[in-house]
Amino acid sequence: MIDTGISSRIPLEEYARILGEGEIEELRALAKPLRGRSIEMINSTAVGGGVAEILTRLLPLAEQFGLNIRWDVLTGGDDFFEVTKAFHNALHGAPYHATARDFEIFKAYNERNQSRLPLDAEFMVIHDPQPAALIEARKKNGNHWVWRCHIDLSHPNQAVWDFLEPYVARHDASMFSSPAFARKLPIPQYLFYPAIDPLSEKNCDLEPEFIAGVLARYGIDPQRPILTQISRFDRLKDPVGVVRAYRIVKRYFDCQLVLAGGGAPDDPEGSVVLKEVLREAENDPDIKVLDLPASAPLEVNALQRASTIVIQKSLREGFGLTVSEALWKKKPVVASAVGGIPTQVIHKQTGLLAHSVEGTAYQIRFLLSHPEIAAKLGESGHQHVKENFLITQKLKRYLTLFLALSGCK
Amino acid sequence: MTTAETPFDFYSVSYLTRIGNQSAGTVGELLQGLEQCSDASIFHHTFQTLGAHHFLTENFSNDFAQWAMADANRNDLGEQLASLDVRDYLSIAALREDLCRMVGEFCTASPEFANQAALERFYFCEGVEVTVPLGIQARTLEEFREGIGRLSHAGFYFHFISSRLRLQLQTNDFSHWLADGLGLATLAKRINQIDIYTNTLEGTREKMLRLIDRERRKI
Repeated sequence: MIDTGISSRIPLEEYARILGEGEIEELRALAKPLRGRSIEMINSTAVGGGVAEILTRLLPLAEQFGLNIRWDVLTGGDDFFEVTKAFHNALHGAPYHATARDFEIFKAYNERNQSRLPLDAEFMVIHDPQPAALIEARKKNGNHWVWRCHIDLSHPNQAVWDFLEPYVARHDASMFSSPAFARKLPIPQYLFYPAIDPLSEKNCDLEPEFIAGVLARYGIDPQRPILTQISRFDRLKDPVGVVRAYRIVKRYFDCQLVLAGGGAPDDPEGSVVLKEVLREAENDPDIKVLDLPASAPLEVNALQRASTIVIQKSLREGFGLTVSEALWKKKPVVASAVGGIPTQVIHKQTGLLAHSVEGTAYQIRFLLSHPEIAAKLGESGHQHVKENFLITQKLKRYLTLFLALSGCK
Repeated sequence: MTTAETPFDFYSVSYLTRIGNQSAGTVGELLQGLEQCSDASIFHHTFQTLGAHHFLTENFSNDFAQWAMADANRNDLGEQLASLDVRDYLSIAALREDLCRMVGEFCTASPEFANQAALERFYFCEGVEVTVPLGIQARTLEEFREGIGRLSHAGFYFHFISSRLRLQLQTNDFSHWLADGLGLATLAKRINQIDIYTNTLEGTREKMLRLIDRERRKI
């Protein structure tokens, strides 16, 4: 079992200060019928990745409402994780020729984990494809099993999906981050958004002096507009496209561009893309390309807070939680209409959507010309995140799901 | 101080959004979807979205209108759909009829746009509702005011907006109880008149509390 630790427990009063006591009372009322009842979350990694990050924040919060919640991690050898990584990419649509041996490896490790893990909680939450075959251990008339899919299944590799689908279909329900990511399944499919924790280091309030210090460290001028994209150096995040959009904007505004992120250590493409970005930047002193370590949440927070406009010009995207992070900080966002971004950026309401380099540049110019509209979008975006994409809302969805599964309406 | 015989019980509500199997890529397909989707889906994209996006008070009314404007790029249709006020409807059937009529008339008048592909598809979803008692009761105006102040946004939405369909009356839970339970018909009417499309839920609550305070000063 993963110990999320007492140190990561943030008192409910802290959340009440941000959300209002009424919201916490409502969570208490929803949790009351579930107090003491058992929940087991299962995923494939304890550290790294969005799922682990969310569970690290969610469990200590859920415990404070009296839920008997635990988190277990699937174990497997390198061969298992090579197969599941390949499955992951194939489910996102990458070309892949699955072999019978791949499927055997997948099944064998799931079987081993069936005898290792308790799997006896009243509510079993299985995250992503890796542990999907644990459902084989489900007892008749037993507990409730749900499958939470964090990836985009809109264009999956058919052979891999055909293999997984029978396991998925044996759960009581499935959850997806966007309706566009879902499949036609014989079980109910629910919309479950990822979430940010407003009190985490990446999102908490910061002292102006700290923000000023970060800007000074990287040679960013706080007096001129700052355009920022925070993301890995990955072609799907289109950092080169961001530089091109900036060049168009630069003809009209004396602005700066910050591209901050890091490549995942296991991603050889990251360093190649970083070189491409530096080449595109052509030593422009107003373009800051920052290769930040993954463990720099306070710096990311500071850069987002110092930004005039935050950009997320992805070509493809899962959910894109960096958008919620920026909106939470009341920043106007210009982003591509892909993946889960339009759920967060309601065009002309909580930000502006674009479909090209030129469109991105135009929306940025528009916002720089109309700071009052930019401020209004940022304010609405903050409210949107508060209502829909905070960790407390995520807990609320889980509580509602468990109540619905128990027959409470 | 007047005490009501039947107390007001404060509840809250939480929704799961169930993803349906229907989607629309054109205005024409939206019409088909509107004709065929469940009542829960119409409710979700109109009533429920008003609660979830209550902080948007400019040109945001329902998901159909937003999609028509932002994704189908049809401002004319979007404006029409946005003009619908859910408070005018006592049944989902009547609301569906008007939605279908508006989109149908658009398709007839502008067939060249009816089959034009939208930037993003519209996905029909529906809400699964779970209601929970908050364990707060009011028998007097004083207690009622205190309860209103403690409600979450969802709880306020449940009593003030979604209650119309439950009551099958052009009123809300608060006004219904104030009139029937405490005999405060004028206060009930004023509260029912607060415009939920141009006020956030928080703004609506503040107006309501001011109206209650004014009433309390009379007593």
